[in-house]
Amino acid sequence: RKRFYQNVSITQGEGGFEINLDHRKLKTPQAKLFTVPSEALAIAVATEWDSQQDTIKFYTMHLTTLCNTSLDNPTQRNKDQLIRAAVKFLDTDTLCYRVEEPATLVELQKNEWDPIIEWAEKRYDVEINSSTNIMGPSIPARTREVLISHLASYNMWALQGIEFVVTQLKSLVLTLALMDLRLTVEQAVLLSRLEEEYQIQKWGNIEWAHDYELQELRARTAAGTLFVHLCSESTTVKHKLLQQ
Amino acid sequence: TKAYRYFAQGYRAERVTSEKLCRAQHELHFQAATYLCLLRSIREHVALHQEFHGKGERSVEESAGLVGLKLPQQPGGKGWEP
Repeated sequence: RKRFYQNVSITQGEGGFEINLDHRKLKTPQAKLFTVPSEALAIAVATEWDSQQDTIKFYTMHLTTLCNTSLDNPTQRNKDQLIRAAVKFLDTDTLCYRVEEPATLVELQKNEWDPIIEWAEKRYDVEINSSTNIMGPSIPARTREVLISHLASYNMWALQGIEFVVTQLKSLVLTLALMDLRLTVEQAVLLSRLEEEYQIQKWGNIEWAHDYELQELRARTAAGTLFVHLCSESTTVKHKLLQQ
Repeated sequence: TKAYRYFAQGYRAERVTSEKLCRAQHELHFQAATYLCLLRSIREHVALHQEFHGKGERSVEESAGLVGLKLPQQPGGKGWEP
């Protein structure tokens, strides 16, 4: 589709911030008015639209897509279902699934993934096990409960973002690390793709496949992470009282 | 751009805040780094897409050329064409 607008601007309406393409208000795929709760998010979305050149590359507009998903909720899931979907991933969390060979990969997984699991266990006061067998790790019920209740503190929009990142990285633990600023996006993606990177080191890189996937995963993870942060932040400027 | 102004404003506001809001500074920095990652990876992804995935299907002529063949020329048409 060709770019059909000259200017992109932001206005504030009743429901939140709106994006205008020339004089037209942006709408979601289900024809709802496109409104976002955060000005920073609106700016980022507007930038996505403004960055398009002759043709609109929808597949690069991840923030817009995330907003559309939050507004339309096409999978019709409620907060509870989103949280459970995210926590369910723990059963097959990348960081918990270990290989038994080759020894160098086992070592790599231990060195790179164990610290993050330890961080999560400490941060949330839970127990997370890793496993080498095909059945996966056994996650204690208490761990699940604690994490469910933690995720419940996020709003619906942020949860859409969280569930998105979990699905991309195939790991709840990595996603938590991103939300808590423990890892950067680049680090999280690397850890998610640890085995791929290991194989690439060993066998060589194929630009049009490996790099392509890497950049796409980075883009989606970065968008999801930013989306969650922008949807859950509340910036208030507190003025310090001058004490004489 | 608006995005630049958002971060510039944020950083300026951070400068005069006290130690207590150090976490906010860390958050803003993380956001900026994440946004940078987003922009960079999209750029790379599009570049790779153009280079390797954007060409579409080859024409019959091109496909023939790949294996060293040339399509025959038939000035009178193929006979069975309308």
